[in-house]
Amino acid sequence: MEDPVVAEGLSRRFGKLVAVSDVSFRVHRGEIFGLLGPNGAGKSTTLRMLCGILDPSGGRATVVGFDVEKEPERVKQNIGYMTQRFSLYEDLTVEENLHFYAGIYGLGRAARRKRVPEELDRAGLSERRAQISGTLSGGWKQRLALVCATIHRPPLLFLDEPTAGVDPVSRREFWAHIHRIASAGTTVIVTTHYMDEAERCHRLAFIFRGTLLDIGTPGEVIERREIRVCVVSTANVAQAMDLLESHPAVDEVAPFGDRLRVATLGGVDPIALVKEVLGQGPGVSDAREILPNVEDAFVAMVHSEARNGAVR
Amino acid sequence: MNRMLSIAWKEMIQARRDRLTMGMMIGIPIIQLLLFGYAINTDVRNIATVVYDQDRSAESRGFVRRMEATGFYAVVGHVNSYEQIGVAMRSRDAMVALVVPPRFGAEVESGRRAQLQLVVDGSDPQVVASATNTALSLAAARSSDLSVERLQRLGQPVAMPTQLIAMEPATWYNPDLRTAVFIVPGLVGVILTMTLVMFTAMAIARERERGTLEQLIVSPIRSMELTVGKIVPYIGVGYVQMTLILVVGSWVFDVPIVGSVGLLYLLSVFFIAASLAVGLFFSTLAKTQQQAMQMSFFFLLPNILLSGFMFPWEAMPAPARWLSTILPLTHYLRVIRGIVLKGASFAELRAELIWLAGLTLILIVVVSMRFQKKLD
Repeated sequence: MEDPVVAEGLSRRFGKLVAVSDVSFRVHRGEIFGLLGPNGAGKSTTLRMLCGILDPSGGRATVVGFDVEKEPERVKQNIGYMTQRFSLYEDLTVEENLHFYAGIYGLGRAARRKRVPEELDRAGLSERRAQISGTLSGGWKQRLALVCATIHRPPLLFLDEPTAGVDPVSRREFWAHIHRIASAGTTVIVTTHYMDEAERCHRLAFIFRGTLLDIGTPGEVIERREIRVCVVSTANVAQAMDLLESHPAVDEVAPFGDRLRVATLGGVDPIALVKEVLGQGPGVSDAREILPNVEDAFVAMVHSEARNGAVR
Repeated sequence: MNRMLSIAWKEMIQARRDRLTMGMMIGIPIIQLLLFGYAINTDVRNIATVVYDQDRSAESRGFVRRMEATGFYAVVGHVNSYEQIGVAMRSRDAMVALVVPPRFGAEVESGRRAQLQLVVDGSDPQVVASATNTALSLAAARSSDLSVERLQRLGQPVAMPTQLIAMEPATWYNPDLRTAVFIVPGLVGVILTMTLVMFTAMAIARERERGTLEQLIVSPIRSMELTVGKIVPYIGVGYVQMTLILVVGSWVFDVPIVGSVGLLYLLSVFFIAASLAVGLFFSTLAKTQQQAMQMSFFFLLPNILLSGFMFPWEAMPAPARWLSTILPLTHYLRVIRGIVLKGASFAELRAELIWLAGLTLILIVVVSMRFQKKLD
């Protein structure tokens, strides 16, 4: 079966600004695919091109089998789209919002009457059905927005920074829900700059300054960087940071409460390195190696880009 | 159809919940009506005139030529009955009619008092005053000329009426020349222009501002379904406002409705649609609600000044009149004044309706060309 999303050399310029440059990837069916990158990296622009609401300046993409530039309306019938702004009508009630979006997606009156209570029930929104949406808390708004975006049960769901401004508990619940949707066969593409969220995706694409830096499962992406990380305690944190940062094998030093978190590249043993560098100076009291995470991988990629940029 | 109805249904709920908008829909018409009705109370040239010459003598033709020479009257045609005068006035082909009775020339020749009649359309009081005064002085001037001529011919004074040609003015349609009668129907058009253009212009800008437009663009709804769904509820708003103004107008200002109310309601849909199309056009240009509001007010000004609402259209220089023909209000004023004040019929208003329908069609085409379901 064909992949629901195929992007080939996708580019987008806004005047002189290149927002997205030559981005290619495939998303498989039932997968949660994360587009990861800092603000302004081109994640949302990529998503909007895939939704058929922004024409690519170069390259092409097919979504659920339709070319996004040639048949955007066919694409739109088969996708759900939710942004961080939630796009709810704040002056409508919870139920009215759902009825409205169901109508917009062409569900008939009878279908709406059946579908809307079902979905309200499933999202735990039944008790709040008559509440004006603007008075809901962030977490509830997010939940409602997701139900609105999926009321037509699309095979493909786009989420643009869906958890921005939502409390940690609601975020966890939200992700649990996304995994339920995906295991039922829906393909999900989500943009985020939260690294903990990135680790919940099946596969990730790292986007930085409009270009795709790496793509793979969180494990693959971390492995490819050959990063090792340790946490150390030292007598003088500021001095220790200065000493470590100038070492070529060190990718990043970050203060972590009263301790330091040190990441090394090229598989260099971080504990040995720390002991060697700090042995004569502030000293090392307690050192422990920990598993690297997606954030380490992302920081390593951004640093490597910056170094290459400087060489160029 | 389902999608379009969903949009219309949502617009209605939103309008109902928004207290400020609701207040404006009802408040603007009443406040404006009272303001304009009490406050407004201007030279006229080239008033379209028809001549009902039952005499066809050298004297009658001479009088018509002198009328035209003043620059006040432009003779646009000749008619053969009072009915035809009525038709010409209701279709606005003429504002003034000169009636010359049979044997007018012979009477003047024989030195007897001769009678002329000037029929003026009273639905625009400013025209009435100017038209009547000028005609009266023309009659007086010709009378004294004739007296002098006769004096010179005969070489001695003769017994003659002091004024040989008597002008009898008659005002049709608004005999008391009350400004309110003229202003109130016009105000229906002005208020509808103001509120309908503004509401529709803001309706799409608001979605853009709040980010919900992106959500609509990404759905399979068609541009036409979205735009039509957005304006349908406001047609109802237009009718409510119109009813309000006419009811309060007849109650406070005692403005009679001469013609068919049914016809007025039927034909007003042409104007309401045109105004909504203008609003939609602005909404494709405006990025924010504030810009939409500014455009609407900018649009309102020429409507008030050029449409004939405040200043007689007949008195405007030609370029201003050309410009005013692209304003829906210019045409609607003729429709509503025609029906309310003169009891005009559908056939007599056909030209204005064709204009309104044409303007609407052009705007809708431009809007659906401009409104692309894309973000840039």
